[in-house]
Amino acid sequence: MGVIEEVRQEVAERGYLLASADKLVNWARTCSMWPMTFGLACCAVEMMHAGASRYDLDRFGIVFRGSPRQSDVMIVAGTLTHKMAPALRKLYDQMPEPRWVISMGSCANGGGYYHHGYSVVRGCDTIVPVDIFIPGCPPTAEAFLYGILQLHKKIHRTHTVYSGWGVNGVTQTRNVRT
Amino acid sequence: MEKLDHLEQLLAERLAHIERQRLPDAVVLHVTPETLVATMLLLRDDPQLDCKQMIDLAGVHYPEREKAFEIVYQLLSVHKNHRLRVKLAVDEQTPVPSVTSVWWCADWFEREAYEMFGILFTGHPDLRRLLTDYDFEGFPLRKDYPLSGLSEVRYDPAQKRVIRQPIQMVHPNREPYPVNPA
Repeated sequence: MGVIEEVRQEVAERGYLLASADKLVNWARTCSMWPMTFGLACCAVEMMHAGASRYDLDRFGIVFRGSPRQSDVMIVAGTLTHKMAPALRKLYDQMPEPRWVISMGSCANGGGYYHHGYSVVRGCDTIVPVDIFIPGCPPTAEAFLYGILQLHKKIHRTHTVYSGWGVNGVTQTRNVRT
Repeated sequence: MEKLDHLEQLLAERLAHIERQRLPDAVVLHVTPETLVATMLLLRDDPQLDCKQMIDLAGVHYPEREKAFEIVYQLLSVHKNHRLRVKLAVDEQTPVPSVTSVWWCADWFEREAYEMFGILFTGHPDLRRLLTDYDFEGFPLRKDYPLSGLSEVRYDPAQKRVIRQPIQMVHPNREPYPVNPA
């Protein structure tokens, strides 16, 4: 029996539906994550591959936005230079909360090939707080997709509405981000 | 080869006063800041030489030489199907006349040569940095410039902005390693 059929049956029997508020919130958040397009180098091409018809990010509700005001997740795809760093931070600050950051590729993770260079930031986590690091140079579209699914898992672990009893009697702390 | 011989012959007729060097696959002219612009104008406007395009302008640093910097111009004639290389040796203080009046595309090439080597150009319309950060210090393609530079950027939560600080190369969860390896 599919999920939709279960829901339909429950509504038909009782006239209402019971669900955890956190699950509902997390479901809503993960199913429409609009990324801030931040293609900086060749990683952006793999990000485009993931967005194109074969891997098709649209089916996860991921629609690339050109504006930070309408974005939920920032994908730092490529080499972050010193000159770009203030702009990256400014755009991150303009995103409404809750917001997440995916660091895509070696350059964004730790400077990568340009680690010892004079003009490249050695890891974009010195500029913005990063949730998911995707390794690779560049990561394949599959790796990128896997990183997005890992971010989904991370979001499902957060307890925005109620952080009380938690799962299996273990008290879960509310995910507080700085 | 015949084409290069012909080109060399043309140059010998028209630019006899310019030092000329013949390589197996190229002809190189060695100019000075005084003869640069006149030579370039002739190379562009002479119907036989016809170098209507400047393909590239590059700087080179030779620390052991007295004139430590060399500017290399790569010219192309699409119509005559030949290429020409022009070299100019210069030291750090001497300004070089800009060739933006000859080929407009030299604008950004000269800006790049300025920011990477510190070569000064006179008559350039807008000699600013091109690629590096706005408050960047030093000329990174000089041989004496340290590999990892002099500064790095990070976000400062106290000031709520991205700041530039002297290079430290400190990374969490990682063995320390030397700054600016050779």
